[in-house]
Amino acid sequence: MIRTEEMLLNVGPQHPSTHGVFRLVLKIDGEIIVEATPVIGYLHRGTEKLAENLQYTQIIPYTDRMDYISAMTNNYVICHAVETMMGIQVPERAEYLRVLAMELNRVASHLLWWGTYILDFGATSPLLYAFRERELIINLLNELSGARITFNYMRVGGVKWDAPEGWIEKVADFVPYMREQLKGYHDLVTGNEIFLNRTKGIGKYTKEDALNYSLSGPNLRCTGIKWDLRKDEPYSIYDRFDFNVVTREDGDAYSRYECRLAEIEESLKIIEQAAEQFPKDGETMAKVPKIIKVPKGEGFVRIEASRGEIGCYIASDGKKEPYRMKFRRPSFYNLQILPKLLKGENISNLIAILGAVDIVLGEVDG
Amino acid sequence: MSGEKDLEQLKKEAAAKAKAAALAKKKAMAEAEGGPSSEGASGEADDLAKKKAAAVAKAKAAAAAKRKAMEQAEGGSGSDGASGDADDLAKKKAAAVAKAKAAAAVKRKAMEQAEGGPASEGDSGEADDLAKKKAAAVAKAKAAAAAKRKAMEQAEGGPASEGDSGEADDLAKKKAAAVAKAKAAAAAKRKAMEQAEGGPVSEGASGEADDLAKKKAAAVAKAKAAAAAKKKAAELGGSDAGVDAKAKAVAAAKAKAAAAAKAKAAAAGKGDSGAKTSEPKQPSPNQVYLDKYVKIITEHLGENVLEDFYINSLSKDVPTIVVSRSAYYKIAEFLKYNESLGFDYLSELHGTDFETHMEIYVHLYSYKNRQSVAMKVKLDREAPEIESLQPLWAGADWAECEAYDLLGIQFAGHPNLHRIMLGEDWVGHPLRRDYEPYDVEV
Amino acid sequence: MDLKLNDLSPMEVEELKRNVLFTTLEQVKGWARSSSLWPMTFGLACCAIEMMATSSAHYDLDRFGTFYRNSPRQSDVMIVSGTVTKKMAPVLRTLYDQMAEPKWVVAMGSCATAGGPYVKSYSVVKGVDQIVPVDVYIPGCPPNPAALIYGINKLKEKIRYEAKTGKKVI
Repeated sequence: MIRTEEMLLNVGPQHPSTHGVFRLVLKIDGEIIVEATPVIGYLHRGTEKLAENLQYTQIIPYTDRMDYISAMTNNYVICHAVETMMGIQVPERAEYLRVLAMELNRVASHLLWWGTYILDFGATSPLLYAFRERELIINLLNELSGARITFNYMRVGGVKWDAPEGWIEKVADFVPYMREQLKGYHDLVTGNEIFLNRTKGIGKYTKEDALNYSLSGPNLRCTGIKWDLRKDEPYSIYDRFDFNVVTREDGDAYSRYECRLAEIEESLKIIEQAAEQFPKDGETMAKVPKIIKVPKGEGFVRIEASRGEIGCYIASDGKKEPYRMKFRRPSFYNLQILPKLLKGENISNLIAILGAVDIVLGEVDG
Repeated sequence: MSGEKDLEQLKKEAAAKAKAAALAKKKAMAEAEGGPSSEGASGEADDLAKKKAAAVAKAKAAAAAKRKAMEQAEGGSGSDGASGDADDLAKKKAAAVAKAKAAAAVKRKAMEQAEGGPASEGDSGEADDLAKKKAAAVAKAKAAAAAKRKAMEQAEGGPASEGDSGEADDLAKKKAAAVAKAKAAAAAKRKAMEQAEGGPVSEGASGEADDLAKKKAAAVAKAKAAAAAKKKAAELGGSDAGVDAKAKAVAAAKAKAAAAAKAKAAAAGKGDSGAKTSEPKQPSPNQVYLDKYVKIITEHLGENVLEDFYINSLSKDVPTIVVSRSAYYKIAEFLKYNESLGFDYLSELHGTDFETHMEIYVHLYSYKNRQSVAMKVKLDREAPEIESLQPLWAGADWAECEAYDLLGIQFAGHPNLHRIMLGEDWVGHPLRRDYEPYDVEV
Repeated sequence: MDLKLNDLSPMEVEELKRNVLFTTLEQVKGWARSSSLWPMTFGLACCAIEMMATSSAHYDLDRFGTFYRNSPRQSDVMIVSGTVTKKMAPVLRTLYDQMAEPKWVVAMGSCATAGGPYVKSYSVVKGVDQIVPVDVYIPGCPPNPAALIYGINKLKEKIRYEAKTGKKVI
């Protein structure tokens, strides 16, 4: 008679596959996970408290450091929140620059996820491919904003700098190159049998679960729910572009993988169109007061970031600092479903499931 | 931006600003609340040449007005510092400005009495290029006019001058009268700001109105239409005396916001939510949804479960309901399971410490109906406790833990309420406004 | 074993002159250690992404003999790449203690150096040097991969210098 005993296994916060300081306490029975308890907060930096003592423009750099893999979308959400509350019209050229920056950043973010996700399965070379292309995007964004990761590019009412000369052309050139590389990615990984075995049917959840757990982004769309704030509640100038909302039906790790790769293609479409339509000249900054004061009241806006919907809540008392600022951080909400997904799974699937959620700890912990 | 200006401009601007500010400050000192917002406004004025011109014009108008005021022996005290030097250059501009101001003054009345405003928008053809520049000033003047009624109450000179303007057809007289008013208005503006909630909003709107030439043109057209209406109003004479000055100021602010909104519409801009707040006749497109939610909720759960409900125009017009503490869970449950509401997605849940009370803000979304609603509930700050929404939306789990951790709000019925971010041994709740760190930093 | 130089042919003497050098054992150890620094894969925050970029295709840290080890037991450099919070601090100290001697710490970015933009936060440690001894500080938020490479080269210099002079560089 074989007798098994439950055992506690600690994963993280220093673990190469948790992509940051994420900790999981697993109760395992043999190789089967009985219970998984995520422990977060190892990167809780108190951004919201700090924001209460900062002017709106000063908060923008902090948003960079929340989701540091796609900082542009974070930049945008706070600017968008303030602009919505103040009723500021952003000039067209600035909107185009913002969209270009955001979509490039989305591609970079998904690339990074792709590289590290495959790395978690033990395949080292895709990471190098992903970073090769990501480096090109980072260079483009670096030219635009002067930083590689924490861009701090957007401002309330527009963007900090206009694009340097020839930048749009470079972006336009990047799109076909990236498309070509993307084909290579599919050849390299997508059809790989080991990869398919490790992701298909793993970490499956239904539409209802996805909604119930407040998932968003590719995590939600992989269950077949067609929901993308860029399409459904268009902000900025997203209504001018022709792109699809990528959905998959299965709700497993593989469909999340497919969603993200297909989203790269859709983002490339947007970049292509935006580079085409890019206005010849114009302002990059609306006329805003030097000291931004949001009218008394509260506002909540949400946009589609790389990982799902990111929201920004501002409660203002009419001063130059927000009274309360709160970010709806997609990773934080997306991660909640993890204990449910891990329950009853084989321990070797842990990394496949965790990786597919695509978390950034800076965002989870705020 | 100021680096691009040449010295001369800088000086001129500074002088103008100082003058404009001189009027404002005395009042601002007394009424601390009004101060910051108005300074923000004057800060705005710096940015562009047009705005500068507006500020200069304003200051000049004030200067011109002062002399008039001296004659009338009233209200002059407010603008002492401002008057001296600006007169000579000002006159030409002040004339136009004053005209606009006069227009603005009466516009309110026009709004109240007749629909003349929109009808006379066709007059905008009259708006010559010179007028455009001045139109910026018009917008400012309107803001001033808001408060003017207040000033009227205080300074008796006001009505008299209005009487003048009514009779006098020629430009000069109208100017003079209006200038006098404008001066009084500037002084009284602070008060109006304080009294009328619409004030800051409308001022922001009027600031925006400066931006575009089209908007300006529209504003000018409006001003002219108003000028026409003013004569009418003057004929009606004392009718306004019976009306409460405060109410008028509010109405004026609204009218201004409306003007700004129209100007924007003319410029083919997107519908501005800021203008909508103060324009009761333009309900939000989401108003129907709010009405629907409120109707369904009150029908099923009783009248007194909702403390308040409104369209939050600062938040993309999201229908917002403030529910009573006792009915919070019941309403949440209802919002999720009711057939016609079906809010199946919890987008956001967080708490806020408002010092007087705690507040939970829940943003819900219905994928079925593609509609949002924001639900708020006020809690006692000393012992904040509320039912957990985790049984309804599993997504509320960590969000509630976060609110518990950072604000100390207890969620009854939560299966695993723990300090998710800081750990169980942390002392205090950092997001409370009175949080003091337990350990001293090095 | 005696070495009689007299018995050597001139060719062998030449060979010896080219290939034999005299140094101290410390210096040899310093040279060996500095030439293959193995940092721990320990990402904390934004800087970790730049750390990944440093080791990836474009910057390729491997060419300097530096590549990442997943376990603290196998690594001799800890690159503190990001904000250290009060919750993370004990974990970080444990990891440091788990590393085998000799070990070095690189504080990457302004958060690890002194708290950075989060210096006023209630939950952030104001510099990792309050927990572990730091050898090299790299400024930047986050530092460019080139800056990280420079920092690692500085650490190498330091290791060799300390071995040569016997003086502790602080």
